[in-house]
Amino acid sequence: MGTKKSAFISLTELARNFQEVKAGLTPAEARDESNRCLYCYDAPCIQACPTGINIPSFIKKIASGNLKGSARTIMEANPVGASCSRVCPTEELCEGACVLNHSTKPIRIGDLQRYATDWAIKNEQSLFKPGEKNGRRVAIIGSGPAGLSAGRELARLGYEVTIFEAKDKAGGLNTYGIVSFRLPQEVPLWEVKQVEQLGVEMITNVRVGADIEAHEITENFDAVVLAIGMGKVPMLGIEGEDLAGVHDAIEFVEATKTADLKEGLVGKRVAVIGAGNTAIDAATCSVRLGAANVKILYRRTQEEMTAYDFEYDFAKQDGVEFRWLTAPKRIIGDEKGNVKQLECWRMELGEPGADGRRRPMPVEGSEFILEVDAVVKAIGQTRHLDVIEAFGLEHHRGIVKVNLETCQTSNPKIYAAGDVIFGDGHGEAMVVTAAQQGKDTAYAIHKQLTKAGIESA
Amino acid sequence: MADLRSNLAGIESPNPFWLASAPPTNSGYQVQRAFEAGWGGAVWKTLGEPIINTTSRFAAVSFNGQRVAGFNNIELITDRPLHVNLKEIYETKKRFPDHAIIASLMVEPKREKWHDIVKRVEDVGVDGLELNFGCPHGMAERGMGAASGQQPDLVEAQTMWVKEVAETPVIVKLTPNITDITVTARAAVRGGADAVSMINTINSLAGVDIDTWNTIPHVAGKGAHGGYCGPAVKPIALNMVAECARNPDVHVPISGIGGISNWKDTVEFLLMGATNVQVATAAMHHGFSIVEDMIDGLNSYLDEKGISSVREIVGKSVEKYSDWGNLDLNYRVVARINNDVCINCNKCHISCEDASHQCIERLIDANGEPYLQVREEDCVGCNLCSIVCPVDGAIDMVELPYEKPPMTWNERQMAISRLTNQS
Repeated sequence: MGTKKSAFISLTELARNFQEVKAGLTPAEARDESNRCLYCYDAPCIQACPTGINIPSFIKKIASGNLKGSARTIMEANPVGASCSRVCPTEELCEGACVLNHSTKPIRIGDLQRYATDWAIKNEQSLFKPGEKNGRRVAIIGSGPAGLSAGRELARLGYEVTIFEAKDKAGGLNTYGIVSFRLPQEVPLWEVKQVEQLGVEMITNVRVGADIEAHEITENFDAVVLAIGMGKVPMLGIEGEDLAGVHDAIEFVEATKTADLKEGLVGKRVAVIGAGNTAIDAATCSVRLGAANVKILYRRTQEEMTAYDFEYDFAKQDGVEFRWLTAPKRIIGDEKGNVKQLECWRMELGEPGADGRRRPMPVEGSEFILEVDAVVKAIGQTRHLDVIEAFGLEHHRGIVKVNLETCQTSNPKIYAAGDVIFGDGHGEAMVVTAAQQGKDTAYAIHKQLTKAGIESA
Repeated sequence: MADLRSNLAGIESPNPFWLASAPPTNSGYQVQRAFEAGWGGAVWKTLGEPIINTTSRFAAVSFNGQRVAGFNNIELITDRPLHVNLKEIYETKKRFPDHAIIASLMVEPKREKWHDIVKRVEDVGVDGLELNFGCPHGMAERGMGAASGQQPDLVEAQTMWVKEVAETPVIVKLTPNITDITVTARAAVRGGADAVSMINTINSLAGVDIDTWNTIPHVAGKGAHGGYCGPAVKPIALNMVAECARNPDVHVPISGIGGISNWKDTVEFLLMGATNVQVATAAMHHGFSIVEDMIDGLNSYLDEKGISSVREIVGKSVEKYSDWGNLDLNYRVVARINNDVCINCNKCHISCEDASHQCIERLIDANGEPYLQVREEDCVGCNLCSIVCPVDGAIDMVELPYEKPPMTWNERQMAISRLTNQS
């Protein structure tokens, strides 16, 4: 493994390890690939895209040399289409639906989408115009994919939009939560800029409940969109969780995008708990931070893992080891309070639980010790209960209840989109799904407010 | 191994693949390289009074990223002194006695000029002459090339002058820039031509630069029409060859030229009446080595068909080429979609819907899967769906049994007139 890693991991220049891994298509590659597209009628790739991007159209525009039109077609349907070109599980969506799967090989839709949007970013294109002001104001809490998409569409419909963002920069998950080597921060920040150019006011570093009260927002706007996503990783609930060297995966990834890269993990052994998208990100980040050995521990099997196949492959190529049916029992520290060892259980799968997945059970007497220097927890995300409750919204364990048709929460003035409504078997936690929900919410608000306008007139 | 030897009006070559008179045959160095690569013959780049060329000269048309779908040039005949060319022809012929060297000639339409040049080139041992009555640019403005090739009387007279002194076979190369190529072909035959070759290049403007608004190509910001060739012109050339081949008054062998890039194109031209073929653009695009597969592919084709000599396929499709009035109006084909091969791109549906007879339906089967079906009673058998279909074997054009006996338009008109006369 050492030789394999040294081929691309620099232990002295960590920043290099965090540069985007995949090169964009060259103009010649884009020309060839775009000309390969059949330009299907009523194309299945469009149906497979949660935001319904007119994929044959944007590809045809690449082939014809109309890159601005191509980028506009993409971004029109998906306000975070540049980010999605990099993070979408395309083989499960558009590329999986490509008819060429049945004859040759599918079109590289994601790569072409990136080619067109990269062109727009590089050429500083401004793709959309705000609608004529209609005098109504909408507040959006959270500037991630859902909030941004809602804001973009509302601005185009003539609303005066204010987005409140707790963090320093807008963009949410795309800006802070996805590793730089898959999604460089300048991409979501360009998407944010596109929305700001429509006159959307972006107020950052504002927390609901701390810097502004929920009722102030509700009272001062005609509608509110709650798009706050999810929060930190929950506690494992085991001994040793407060030791130095135990990290929250969300914060761990975020640190690689916001601060100078620290050399603390160089040569260290890292255990990542969980096997979802964030676990993969945390594991591959650890590799790129110079860790000598990175293991992903998952209490179920590869079958139940929620990471996508391409993420799994990516982690394997990075040399990440996977330990299935393994769960942490306790974290053991040294005398200075640093992580030293991780005691684990072997697990076995029992009867299916409430979610239909077989429940993992520890095997009696199977405990064993792993020598580790750091533990990264990636077992899911908590909910921003404080904010949800500040708005007084009905929810189930932090999953805000919405009327799926009107996108309204239990407070008809407040709408919700994105991860804040994901869960309990509803929806997908994909960036592209959040983008579509944002759009849908914008249209739902417009429908409600215009209807109200007509009724009161 | 089939016998690939070819004989065009007495000019023998080891195979039917000649390089056309064009930039690849500009010098002895090039022609010798070509013969080493396997080309059976070469028509030397047109000899005449050396000219001055412009830069730039060439332009090509790309189609969906495919380069050189069509090719356009404004280069003129040889830019080298006649004595240099003659010396190199002599040397090349000496080195490759079994390969055909044909001198392409172009002089002013004056009897003594033709006599003079014919004697001089025959003195160095060429196997035949090709009279360039086709070059559409530059030379035409000086009363030569296409300018003389567009006037049947000039074609006939000049051919006659050449024949007065020529001891080797005379091929007349025709221009496509006319309404009916059989008119000039017949004029050449009347003048005594031993063979005709076609087509020369088609008047063309390759493009306009949409940023500078200059022509493509341009010379210091100005452009002039060039000659078009390459794969895009093949159907035009093939038709002209076929029209001459089926015309009883054009009873001389034909050398086929125009967009021939591989052995398959060659077979098509031979079937349609060409005795051999001449190639330029494909060699300019890929180099002389392409002839290797042309020979190899033609050989395999003939072997697979059990045909011992390439000469046996010449003209085999000519009788199948006729006038529209002789086509059977009661013959019917319809499209049939093979759903197990179909990939559901719906291109056949939309092409039929928007551009033909709206008879391909999008349906859902019992499992909820989409499939396409032709409403055969409304299908006119136009082929459009099978043309746009990206998957081989997904759409078959199926012959239907005759409902009425075969009848052509001409037969129909004749029958009607008979009835009219009787009444």
